[in-house]
Amino acid sequence: MNILVCISNVPDTTTRIKYSADMKAVDYSGVQWIINPWDELALTRAIELKEANPALVQKITVITAGGADAEPTLRKALACGADDAIRVDAAGGDSLFTATQLAHAVKGEPFDVILCGIESSDYNGSAVGGMLAELLDYNSVSAVSSLNLEGNSVKVTREIDGGKQSIETAAPVVLIVQKGIAINPRIPSMRGIMTARTKSLKVVAAAAASPGSKVVGYQAPPQKSACKMIDPENMDELVHLLHTEARVI
Amino acid sequence: MSVLVYIENWNGKFKKSTYELVSYGKRLANGLGGSLTLLSIGRVAEDELKNLGAYGAGKILSAETDAPLDDKAYASLIAGAAKNNDASVVVMAHNGTGKALAPRVAVRLNAGLVSAVNGLPVSFQPFVVSKKAFSGKSLMQAEITSDIKVITLSQNTAGIETFAGEAVIEKIDTSSMTSGTKVLSTEVQTGKILLSEADVVVSGGRGMRSADNWKPLEELAGVLGAATACSRPVSDEGWRPHHEHVGQTGKVVAPNLYFALGISGAIQHLAGISSSKVIVAVNKDPEAPIFSAADYGIIGDLQTVLPKMTEAFRKFKSGN
Ligand SMILES: Cc1cc2nc3c(=O)[nH]c(=O)nc-3n(C[C@H](O)[C@H](O)[C@H](O)COP(=O)(O)OP(=O)(O)OC[C@H]3O[C@@H](n4cnc5c(N)ncnc54)[C@H](O)[C@@H]3O)c2cc1C
Ligand SMILES: Nc1ncnc2c1ncn2[C@@H]1O[C@H](COP(=O)(O)O)[C@@H](O)[C@H]1O
Repeated sequence: MNILVCISNVPDTTTRIKYSADMKAVDYSGVQWIINPWDELALTRAIELKEANPALVQKITVITAGGADAEPTLRKALACGADDAIRVDAAGGDSLFTATQLAHAVKGEPFDVILCGIESSDYNGSAVGGMLAELLDYNSVSAVSSLNLEGNSVKVTREIDGGKQSIETAAPVVLIVQKGIAINPRIPSMRGIMTARTKSLKVVAAAAASPGSKVVGYQAPPQKSACKMIDPENMDELVHLLHTEARVI
Repeated sequence: MSVLVYIENWNGKFKKSTYELVSYGKRLANGLGGSLTLLSIGRVAEDELKNLGAYGAGKILSAETDAPLDDKAYASLIAGAAKNNDASVVVMAHNGTGKALAPRVAVRLNAGLVSAVNGLPVSFQPFVVSKKAFSGKSLMQAEITSDIKVITLSQNTAGIETFAGEAVIEKIDTSSMTSGTKVLSTEVQTGKILLSEADVVVSGGRGMRSADNWKPLEELAGVLGAATACSRPVSDEGWRPHHEHVGQTGKVVAPNLYFALGISGAIQHLAGISSSKVIVAVNKDPEAPIFSAADYGIIGDLQTVLPKMTEAFRKFKSGN
């Protein structure tokens, strides 16, 4: 089997978000870029599966749609243990645009399992994985918290409200993964970093595609009013305030 | 100009989030000058469906089937209903099911999708919606430019409203549904308040010290009728089950009242709770960042504060 992991290149999760003067764009100067945390866990699970059964999992490919500035993130994925990488040379655009780019690069390629994260930590779209599945006309399972491969059968756990489901499906399939898929993300080893430089990173030209939405502008979230401190000896005061002032109990 | 809302059922029943979604759909349809159609997939009793009329439902399409959720099959049914009913906007909940289906439906309708919108459109023409971005650190406005638009609605952001009117139920054919996925088994917890639906959430962090100390927290939750939750290190340590983990890499919750007990308030935790209406924090460190996110704060040791707090709420609840 060949596994493809879709990697979204995002600002480090602790980044303070800054904007252009007109508030129409995010100012990315000085930002540290990382592999989207979910995609890092998806990649980790792919590597675990390959290590456990190299005869079953032949190759792990990582793909991103983005500009040349996304390449260090792909190199990091290679250093973690992916075998090769694809960059679709298409930056910007919404989830429909991005999914169309990925589908264009993937169509006809022999990927059996395609892994996407449940959301990118930048625009929190929760969209690209499902869109890619639909564009490829593959089955998909979302909210996947565990993945095992047996022959051509793909066994996953899907999280549902207050519980979980055990699901079996066949390749090719798109799996949209979340918490539980892997515990600790793989960190590149020194050797990994060395060999990553020699691994193949193929650049594919962008496809013609139009987005379905566009950002109009940003706002900083409303400032919270100052926290009201309450005497730990006076819990009746807390109850009173929650009842009469905040009106939540 | 009609709005189609996909409504999910849980063993034939609807939840608070369904009523939110329906009255949101009605307000949206009014804003667009159109009508509201609902689509229900699964088996729901006619009374339960009719009841939605009071929340603004006009027409309800009922696709009766025993087929469990299959992303492709359900999305195809929803997109088909959208086309047959000339829907210009399709709405779903921003929950597990909505996240699975909305992107597939959007592709089928060649539509732009904006997920997790936090209210009615800022503007109907052009169609501009508002949502959080960067895990709650930013608010963003996005215009959906395609003819048909798909949105998912953040939970607990739209109030429930009642409207005069009755629902008309129309059955739709499901005989051609096929599934590419097979459900081998399902496990659901019963009797517990679901984190995603809870009005009140009591959440503990590393400041709770150990798994054995959770009794007092559960007691408080019991008194308040609250769901329990935790920070990531707590679930990583195995003190609490993984499905209770809240934050950027866990669940995003938006209750009316969130208790952060012994939680420092790391940015990744705040990402999961920033939509809560009111946050109460207990921490022994006056400098803990949670106090800049909280509305009410108590500086103190949980060992002594928590039992006192529970007692005060118990007194209040029994007096009511
Ligand atoms: C990529 C990434 C994703 C992450 N995702 C998440 C996520 O989804 N959710 C999440 O929660 N974290 C997440 N984290 C971890 C996050 O950064 C913090 O480490 C974590 O939230 C801290 O948990 P905590 O507040 O329980 O523990 P701590 O930070 O250790 O805080 C414990 C607090 O308890 C207080 N305390 C101790 N004893 C007492 C007492 N007796 N009485 C009262 N107060 C007491 C302390 O003063 C302290 O403020 C993520 C981290 C990364 C890097
Ligand atoms: N530009 C991109 N290139 C490759 N994969 C992406 C890209 N954007 C999103 N994805 C994948 O889609 C998932 C969900 O992203 P989103 O829909 O943007 O929240 C991510 O976790 C990635 O797996």
